[in-house]
Amino acid sequence: MSEHNAHPAHGDDHNHGHDHHDDHASHGSLKDYTIGFVLSVILTAIPFWLVMGDVIADPGVTAIVILAFAAVQIVVHMIYFLHMNTESEGGWNMLALIFTVMLVAITLIGSIWVMYHLNTNMMPGMMSEPTQKM
Amino acid sequence: MQDNTDLTTLIFGRLTWESIPYHEPILVATFIAVAIGGIAVLGAMTYYKFWGTLWRDWITSIDHKKIGIMYVILGLVMLLRGFADALMMRGQQAMAFGESTGYLPPEHYDQIFTAHGVIMIFFVAMPLVTGLMNYIVPLQIGARDVAFPFLNNFSFWMTTFGAMLTMISLFIGEFAKTGWLAYPPLSGILGSPGVGVDYYIWSLQIAGIGTLLSGVNLIVTIVKMRAPGMSLMKMPVFTWTALCTNVLIVAAFPVLTAVLGMLSMDRMLGTHFFTNDMGGNMMMYVNLIWIWGHPEVYILILPAFGIFSEVVATFCRKRLFGYTSMVYATVVITILSYLVWLHHFFTMGSGASVNSFFGITTMIISIPTGAKIFNWLFTMYRGRIRFELPMMWTISFMITFVIGGMTGVLLAVPSADFVLHNSLFLIAHFHNVIIGGVLFGMFAGINFWFPKAFGFKLDTYWGKWSFWLWTIGFYVAFMPLYVLGLMGVTRRLSQFADPSLQIWFQVAAFGAVLILGGILTFIIQLVVSFRRREALKDVTGDPWEGRTLEWSTSSPPPEYNFAFTPVVHDTDAWADMKKHGYERPKDNFVPIHMPKNTGAGFILAAMSFVCGFALIWHMWPLAWLSFGAIVISAIVHTFNYNRDYHIPVEEVVRVEDERTRLLDGYA
Repeated sequence: MSEHNAHPAHGDDHNHGHDHHDDHASHGSLKDYTIGFVLSVILTAIPFWLVMGDVIADPGVTAIVILAFAAVQIVVHMIYFLHMNTESEGGWNMLALIFTVMLVAITLIGSIWVMYHLNTNMMPGMMSEPTQKM
Repeated sequence: MQDNTDLTTLIFGRLTWESIPYHEPILVATFIAVAIGGIAVLGAMTYYKFWGTLWRDWITSIDHKKIGIMYVILGLVMLLRGFADALMMRGQQAMAFGESTGYLPPEHYDQIFTAHGVIMIFFVAMPLVTGLMNYIVPLQIGARDVAFPFLNNFSFWMTTFGAMLTMISLFIGEFAKTGWLAYPPLSGILGSPGVGVDYYIWSLQIAGIGTLLSGVNLIVTIVKMRAPGMSLMKMPVFTWTALCTNVLIVAAFPVLTAVLGMLSMDRMLGTHFFTNDMGGNMMMYVNLIWIWGHPEVYILILPAFGIFSEVVATFCRKRLFGYTSMVYATVVITILSYLVWLHHFFTMGSGASVNSFFGITTMIISIPTGAKIFNWLFTMYRGRIRFELPMMWTISFMITFVIGGMTGVLLAVPSADFVLHNSLFLIAHFHNVIIGGVLFGMFAGINFWFPKAFGFKLDTYWGKWSFWLWTIGFYVAFMPLYVLGLMGVTRRLSQFADPSLQIWFQVAAFGAVLILGGILTFIIQLVVSFRRREALKDVTGDPWEGRTLEWSTSSPPPEYNFAFTPVVHDTDAWADMKKHGYERPKDNFVPIHMPKNTGAGFILAAMSFVCGFALIWHMWPLAWLSFGAIVISAIVHTFNYNRDYHIPVEEVVRVEDERTRLLDGYA
């Protein structure tokens, strides 16, 4: 577990976080911001092109591809704009990210799984394959 | 004439004189009693010139200690309201058999059980838990305040105004008749066209903002502001449980906000998230609200576990047995609490595979909980146990909670749940764990930390009365419900046909009266302790021979908590410091930088209250007006740069010398 011994937040004058920034993360360089910006533009332009140009015949597949680009874009934003990496804030950022991703995954996958079963069992009329479990 | 009606509707929305329930004698009597009591309190405050102090030292205070005390007071006041509901329900169910319909009309009874659940969870248990965390956590980690002191004040007032919105539904309009989670389609606009569900939604939305922000605040406090040397595995167990609880709050409460938001859109804007038709699916509401709801019960119980850990170690004069396993058990519970939500609706029909998965995860979560019980038992084993009040509450908790835990494992078996679901067995189970766990924990905590907060101990004689009445009253009130549940009696019934059941309800009602005795003796305990405060005075700041840093300060602690930030070398930092002959620093003090009080939090929360009220009654101009006012005052507050000040050295020296004099006089 990480140690926080030499933390300036405990100096006599630094006990209130709202006016003292003491995080160790860098605030990024012009190069980082440029890379992030270019990547974001590319990752936004490609989905636009996919939709406007009817590149993929099946709209469902298009939607999934766009979602994948969006997910990549989230990562780009976190690295280049929010300056997150495995070391920032003594690893707490990474830990929080892993925890969040895990909970979002549990919530989404769990809900889809549960609702799929509930719909099949309890609302057979609404599903494409009616079941006889009722 | 037509124009007049339009204007009235525009301004007052759905609110008319008909909305005031003056035709219900019970409510009129309550209102008169509240009005007389309220006028008496206001008069007394004016007479003793308390208004200035109230505003300057309490309402605008951003001192975590004062906010913590105010949270606990809010919780205790709301406990009286929630318990009055409980007594009315117990009375109704004991009477309404056969020909008799009892004294409560069904639509009133339905509001009472809904209000009871909402108030007890959101406005009793949550404020008590948050209050104790607020007070104790910064002291335990050697910090001077929480990370965002203004936010803390704002969170408190949002919670309080949420509670007030629930309270005024008693006299203006009605409260929800849907049960405490307001399942659609009953809570939809077709099932509940009145304002009851809107009161429910908006009071929880407003209070929910407060809870969420206070969660953020405490996480940052614990992560960033620990004293030097206090690594994570040297943190007191209560701080650990507070950290996990606040992580749960931050992760879970947005789900509640979103789900209630969707419900209110269904009601106000005609969307179809949870309706019966147009592709809506009310089962999704149940699914989502329990994704919040299950973590919520762990939000409540984890800090109670932390309190018991501190109490057991202190009153057995030993290090806590298995500190590491206690921490890991807490973390495992935090994660597992997200994997069990479906056990609240096994019977909705998700089928064998889903039900078995969630049944098994539910049984698994009892393992870390069981480990904690054994840790406390092993701490007690060969300890020098002092049976002071906090320890008594802890032992009562351990016995009661194990019973509740075992009935919980029974309910976790999906096939058994099909028989027990929605029965009084379930009611008995969750009261068993919430009263036996959370509430007993809060009483242990209040008895334990009261001398820290106020400088004198609580009276033991009345404390024991309160303890025994609560404990015995709990068993008398809820064991009959287990029996009734096994007989198949379902929850939320206002009348019964089978007279053979009556005796059980009468026993339960007697138990509720015993609990009333427990509450009254607790109030007497507070009053008696205040009158005997000189005899019960705590001079040393360490009345129980405590083990963690909060006991190193004076009782009550100075505004700045610690003149010098302590350095931590071991878990149970204060016990370690005492063992190595720690000397309190007596000179070389420096000025201390502190945040300034501000009324912004109170004003913002009060305007949110107005906005919520306007939304409930569809007073659209007022709603927009107050919403605009909230945004503008929030922006104006950001330009307030006059936020901090320094406590001058002379003041620090004066406070610390005072303490030195007291300690010398005592030794």
